[in-house]
Order: sequence, then structure tokens, then C-alpha cells
Amino acid sequence: MGTHAKGLLKRFCGRKDLNWPPGMTANDLQGLANAPPLITVSNLCKSFGGQPALDNVSLTVAAGERVALIGSSGSGKTTLLRCVAHLEKPTSGEVIVAGRHVGDRIVDGRKIVMLDRQLAEIRTGIGMVFQRFNLFPHLTALENIMLGPLKVLRMKRDEIEPFALELLKKVGLAHKAGAYPEHLSGGQQQRVAIARSLAMRPKLMLFDEATSALDPELVAEVLEVMRQLAAEGMTMLIVTHEMAFAEDVADRIVVMDHGTIVDQGRPADLIANPRHPRTLALLRPKRAANLRSAS
Amino acid sequence: MIQLLGDWLPQLLQGVLWTLRLMVLSFALAAVLALPIALARLSANGMLRLLAHLYVELVRGMPSLTLLFLIYFGLPNLGITLRAIDAAVIGLGLNGAAYVSEIYRAGILAIDSGQREAAQMIGMRHRQVLRFVILPQAVRVVLAPLGNFAIALLKDTSVASLISAPEMMLQARDLTSEYFMPLQIYVAVGVMYLLMALPLASLVRFMESRLGAGLPKEKAV
Ligand SMILES: Nc1ncnc2c1ncn2[C@@H]1O[C@H](COP(=O)(O)OP(=O)(O)O)[C@@H](O)[C@H]1O
Ligand SMILES: [Mg+2]
Repeated sequence: MGTHAKGLLKRFCGRKDLNWPPGMTANDLQGLANAPPLITVSNLCKSFGGQPALDNVSLTVAAGERVALIGSSGSGKTTLLRCVAHLEKPTSGEVIVAGRHVGDRIVDGRKIVMLDRQLAEIRTGIGMVFQRFNLFPHLTALENIMLGPLKVLRMKRDEIEPFALELLKKVGLAHKAGAYPEHLSGGQQQRVAIARSLAMRPKLMLFDEATSALDPELVAEVLEVMRQLAAEGMTMLIVTHEMAFAEDVADRIVVMDHGTIVDQGRPADLIANPRHPRTLALLRPKRAANLRSAS
Repeated sequence: MIQLLGDWLPQLLQGVLWTLRLMVLSFALAAVLALPIALARLSANGMLRLLAHLYVELVRGMPSLTLLFLIYFGLPNLGITLRAIDAAVIGLGLNGAAYVSEIYRAGILAIDSGQREAAQMIGMRHRQVLRFVILPQAVRVVLAPLGNFAIALLKDTSVASLISAPEMMLQARDLTSEYFMPLQIYVAVGVMYLLMALPLASLVRFMESRLGAGLPKEKAV
């Protein structure tokens, strides 16, 4: 067994309770205030063919914090999320997740390349939910959820199956264990995708417009699962256009515009005291329009 | 005529067996060799990419007959002497690998990048992503073109007669010089090729329709 698998197995099996999701103990909560942030993004820049998509972005997310990322289309939200997961290589700047630097870095003028194995290990602790679900079409819902634990954590099938079924039940799809993704609705697929991420017991969940590809009547069921996850203490960085949801669930809302963070704060504070016109336009589109027409 | 057919048919059927054997072996060689070539062409390593690309372009740029002659008549100069049939298997296999690697490459590229990303985000390493997520899906994309390649290969095996591998065309040539009935014999040869190709073609059609129909229905757990 590789050291990668061993380390992961230890982390996984260290938790005796198989309750979902990994609830925080009182100790964890006490430590929260002085714990190092789970995500630290410093001076992050990313350009595509010379066009900047992220321009010197810095952001920290504490363990247990729910941060909603809002901004108009093209403002760089997805790129920021993908840089945290290292699905996108930053042009410059630094990303640290759970104390570990993500990606190649330069120390004393020498480039230290991050190995496939190390990157995989970091990503094991990060769940990501995509706009287009990205379920594995050749596997059933249950197999989608079990693939990571089986192949990455090298768990036995009979060890992981009860937990996987429990996750399916948690997202309300116990009856769909044997269904292939193409036989599931968008909302059901997205809920399976969330369960698939949770099966790896991530420290952190990233959501990139998890409900944008869904028919309106299917949005609520996915938001409900996310809401439940938030209530159970999961650290979440959520890109969303669902403003009511963001205001309701997030501890902090971060507003992006043209590749930079232009405003952030507690939802109530932001609404009461927006420092940037974008904030107002995004949070209260109707009021902003009224104000504009009044002036 | 019927009488004569009885005389030369057994020899022709012997040729059919050799042709089938030649096709199956060179297909297997091509199918196996093609995977590392396709992976090298998609590798992050520029050197590997270049080598694989050179191989594909080189092999595709010359007639398979050249490769066969090179192996059968050229290698003895280096002290390697092969039976005609073995030289044919290797030549057609090496030749086919270039084509099949392109089929594999297209199959892998046809898989949405979101699949790779989702697999990476559950902590899979490159090799695991390929093995458990990309390849199982690419197989479905690749089956039909692979079947078409097999049909082309079946017909291509006839070039092996030019290095005297004992396949069907060679038997046919022998028989024509013995019985002076080229029309009848070559019609029979054509029919034999057709009889071998038709099942393959219907297999390809079956696979294409299966692909269109999507995945198996719900599986019991
Ligand atoms: N892979 C890419 N190649 C080129 N440009 C990209 C790519 N991804 C994003 N961009 C550009 O970067 C900017 C930010 O995009 P994105 O992060 O997707 O914004 P958002 O998620 O806020 O809509 C946009 O101008 C977009 O066109
Ligand atoms: Mg986006």
C-alpha cells in the first residue's frame, strides 16, 4: 500500500463515528477562533492568454465558516474556486489549504514541483460540486459514491457500502442506489454528486453554481442538502446566484467584480451598508434599480 | 467445375484459416501496442509526445507493404530471420498500432474534461483517473471504429502474400497457376473475404446502436 493510501486510511479510520458528516466536537469549536484558516489565498493572479481573470485576490476562510461568493458572470468566481482546488494553475500568488501549500512553489529561487501524489492527497480533503454534476456515467449512483473510498482510500466494499447507502439516504435518494446517472433528474444527479464528495470526508466543500444548470423546480432540493450540510458545521465556499440562499446560509458574503474582491462582510452588514455599487446591484437588484431611477 | 471446386477448395480453406490467424494476431498486437502510444501522445512529457507522434506519422506515411518488406527482407541483414507469417503479424501489427492509437486518442479526448476533474477532486491520481474513469468510458467510444479497423485489417492481410505468407491470396495464386481458373478462384476468394467481413460489420453496427441506446438499465444492488 502506498504511503498516500496509508495516510488517508489513517485519517479516515481515525474517526470511529460513521455519522455524517464529520460533526465538530466542542473542542474543535473552541479552537476555531485561534485555529489557522482552512483556506488562505494570497495575492492570487490568474490570466488566460494575457487576459486577467483574477487580479491580486486575497481571501481567507476559517474552519467551519460558510462563505458565499457572488458577482456577475465573468467576474472570476469559478476561476478562484478552481485555483483553490488547483484545477487551474495560478499565474502568481499562493493558495494554502489546511496548512499545505497547493501547487508548485519557488523556495530560494528553486522550483519545487508538487507531485501528483501530494496534490491527490490534498484534493482528497476538498470536496467539489460542479455546475454540470460530472457524475461518472458508467457507474450507478452507489458506485459513484463508493469509487473514491474503494480506490483512493482502499477500503473494502463491505466497509464502505453501508456508509455510502447512508449518504444516499441523507440526500434523499436511498431508492436510487442502483440507478445510472442518465436515469436521474438534474437535481438527483447533483445530490448524488454531493454525496460522492462527502464519501471522502472532506474538510472543505467547494460549490460552483451547484444549482445553475437545474430546472427551477429542482433547485430547492439541492439547496436543502447544502443547507443541511452548513447546519452540520461543514466549511463551505459557495459560488451562487441564489441571493436569498447566500444571505440565509453564509456567515460572510464576498463580492467579486472584474477579477477582484470589491466588498465583503456579514450578509446583514453588507445589505445595510454596501461599500460597492456592485454589492447593492447583486443583493437587491430591484432596490438598486429603484434608487437609480429615483436619482 | 463442381469436381474441380472439390479439388481446390480445401487448399483455399487452408488459406482462410491462415488469413484469420494473421488478422487476429496482428489485431491483438496493434490493439495492445496502441495504448502506450496513445497515452504517450497525450502525455505531459514533451519527449514522449514527440516520439509517439513521429511513430504515428512515419508508419501512416508509408504503405504497409514497405514495413512488411523491411521486416521480412531487411531484418535478416541484422541477423534476425523470421517466418513469413510472423513477419506479417509483426508488420501488420506495427502498422495497425499507429492507426489504432489515433482511435484510442480520439476516444480518450472525447471524454468530457469534467470527468477527469471530478475524479481528481475525489483524490485520484493520474493513473487511477485513467483506469477507473476515462478508459471505461473511452472503450464505448472506441468499439465501433475499432471494428471498422478490423475489417480494413482483414482485407489488408492480403499484402502478406507478397512475402509468401501462406494466407488466402497466396493460396489463390498457387491455385490459379495450377488450374488456370482465375475467374472462379478469385470470385471464391472474394466471397470468402466477404463472409468473414460481414459478421464483423454487423458486430460494428450492433455496437453503434448499443452506444446510441446508452448504458444498461438499472442494476440491482
Ligand atoms: N479556460 C479559460 N480560458 C480562457 N478564458 C477563461 C477560462 N476560464 C475563464 N476564463 C475567463 O476568465 C474570466 C473569469 O471567468 P470565470 O472565473 O468563469 O467567471 P465567473 O465564474 O465569475 O462567471 C472570464 O472573462 C472568462 O472568459
Ligand atoms: Mg462561473
